[in-house]
Amino acid sequence: MNNSHSPQAKTYWKENIRLVSFLLFLWFVVSFGMGILFVDVLDGFRFFGFKFGFWMAQQGSIFCFVIIIFIYVYKMNKLDQKYGVGEVQGRFAPDNKNFHNKGSKE
Amino acid sequence: MAIQTLTFIFVGVTFVLYIGIAIWARAGTTNDFYIAGGGVPPIANGMATAADWMSAASFISMAGIISFIGRDGAVYLMGWTGGYVLLALLLAPYLRKFGKYTVPDFIGDRYYSDFARLVAVVSVLFVSFTYVAGQMRGVGIVFSRFLEVEITTGVLIGMAIVFFYAVLGGMKGITYTQVAQYCVLIFAFLVPAVFISILMTGNPIPQLGFGSTLADNSNIYLLDKLDQLSMELGFTAYTVGNKSTIDMFFITAALMVGTAGLPHVIVRFFTVPKVRDARISAGYALVFIAILYTTAPALASFARVNLINTVNNAVYKETPSWFKNWENTNLIAWVDKNQDGKIQYSSGKAFSGKPQFLEVRGLEGERKISNLSTSNKNELYIDRDIMVLANPEIANLPNWVIALVAAGGLAAALSTAAGLLLVISTSISHDLLKKIFLKDITDKQELFFARVSAGFAIVIAGYFGIHPPGFVAQVVAFAFGLAASSFFPVIFMGIFSKSMNREGAISGMIIGLSFTASYIIYFKFMNPSANSIENWWFGISPEGIGTLGMLFNFIVAILVSRVTTAPPEKIKDMVDDIRIPRSGDAS
Repeated sequence: MNNSHSPQAKTYWKENIRLVSFLLFLWFVVSFGMGILFVDVLDGFRFFGFKFGFWMAQQGSIFCFVIIIFIYVYKMNKLDQKYGVGEVQGRFAPDNKNFHNKGSKE
Repeated sequence: MAIQTLTFIFVGVTFVLYIGIAIWARAGTTNDFYIAGGGVPPIANGMATAADWMSAASFISMAGIISFIGRDGAVYLMGWTGGYVLLALLLAPYLRKFGKYTVPDFIGDRYYSDFARLVAVVSVLFVSFTYVAGQMRGVGIVFSRFLEVEITTGVLIGMAIVFFYAVLGGMKGITYTQVAQYCVLIFAFLVPAVFISILMTGNPIPQLGFGSTLADNSNIYLLDKLDQLSMELGFTAYTVGNKSTIDMFFITAALMVGTAGLPHVIVRFFTVPKVRDARISAGYALVFIAILYTTAPALASFARVNLINTVNNAVYKETPSWFKNWENTNLIAWVDKNQDGKIQYSSGKAFSGKPQFLEVRGLEGERKISNLSTSNKNELYIDRDIMVLANPEIANLPNWVIALVAAGGLAAALSTAAGLLLVISTSISHDLLKKIFLKDITDKQELFFARVSAGFAIVIAGYFGIHPPGFVAQVVAFAFGLAASSFFPVIFMGIFSKSMNREGAISGMIIGLSFTASYIIYFKFMNPSANSIENWWFGISPEGIGTLGMLFNFIVAILVSRVTTAPPEKIKDMVDDIRIPRSGDAS
């Protein structure tokens, strides 16, 4: 169990929080910011046949959400590697230890 | 071939497919039944999650609603997709690491309290039953319109199919049928959208056609044309919003947070082998969902233009057959106020309330209604739910496309119903019986109870489908409000705050739940006439109040946890363990 209390695990968690906060900030800007709060301002700009605010509210924000999740996946996998906390590679089987032993450990 | 024959063939083939998959993927253990043995590949889990999530409401109703409310429809588009960002970044990987079967499992273990578990179970049951009633209704509507059987027969057939693969296959059967159902439903949604996009704008990609010029060489953008048509008929422009900014904000937030907190979605992330699979499968899920969710607003605008062009000032006797077919299913009504035999369509309600049809026909052959006409010029009532189903007919698409849409609507409704039924049965057999009341039962017995409760849940869901409580539409706000104000905050704090304790979580959940529930009950059930912006707190509608409930949950939980005893060390260890992907004892 020591592994999850190590100072390394603490820095891993800190970096994780920093990444997630940044991505959630983006998430907020593209949806609540551009799609709701400033939608009328952005509607002043044309984006192909759309008013830009309208497009962000009905299409653009969704594309951004997808991109945000994929950035997260990519960065987290790197972070796991950097701190050596990733799961054992190439094992495609349910981690039975996790399903059944949790209770007995406590 | 006739539409009905084609529909029978399409629906029949897809049903045989679902049953075949169920037999192939039978569940042998509770592990199989609850989480498909934890061995679902991430891309399959992404598809299954998408089908699980996209319900009859997403497939049948959403584009129709957007079609009628224009830009404000963004609350659904952003709300029901943005929640996946929260799910992927804040919940899914950690819950997968935790590795147990259900949301109440996590809440009960993390907050070392069976009372917290019980509160969670009750909320899960409430949210899931609310949802499943709507799905069964969707099955009934599709059957009655396209196969011309009684709604009751349709619901019974749907129940039998779901019973077969949910009870037999559990999560394993459901997962692989959902993968098939996703393929059916997305194909069925895209084909008519592509056709209509080509017809109207010449561009085969609906997302691009949405922003293109019309195909009639007028060089006018589709959306500009739509704004112009809307204003001519007395509506506000399509691309302009009507809701207040604060209400838009709160509704979107409630739907996002509610999405992230819905138990039948969360549980899907327990089925993948590893933490990194949980992360990526949330990404896949959102891609698969986004394909439909970015097509829907395009389809909504095409449908709106088509509808206005087809019905406004059309002579009733010469209207195409779809118009009369839907009139016969009570979803369209027309009153010839100025007696000119033509349909005048404009803003405002044609009459008060839902149409009450009489057994007699009017001068033009239309079905007479007993409602009191209003004084405005509008003569037409259209139920928003028909837009997606009627769209291929409105656009004169070939019969097989119409039949395909029927099969897609059924796939959407059945896949969501199955996911919900599984959550209900798991809550009963695992959370209530195994964890609280009958702690000594064996795995075999637990599996038996899981199957019995799945069967039982299907019967209740079917009953609601045949005798829908009048409040189904209203309770959707409830489901999201409750998920947002109860589950999301406690799960989030359970992972991100080591000092959050039992007392804080329980009081937060109870305050969040009771505040949200009483606000919704007051405006939706006790005093519906007061349900308008002047009476709402800060102008927040009941649909958006879950956001405020969530904030109260956070505040109360944090305050209470400050003044009560900290959680035991082993709980803190557990949180540490959840936070990193590799197992604690370095396997």
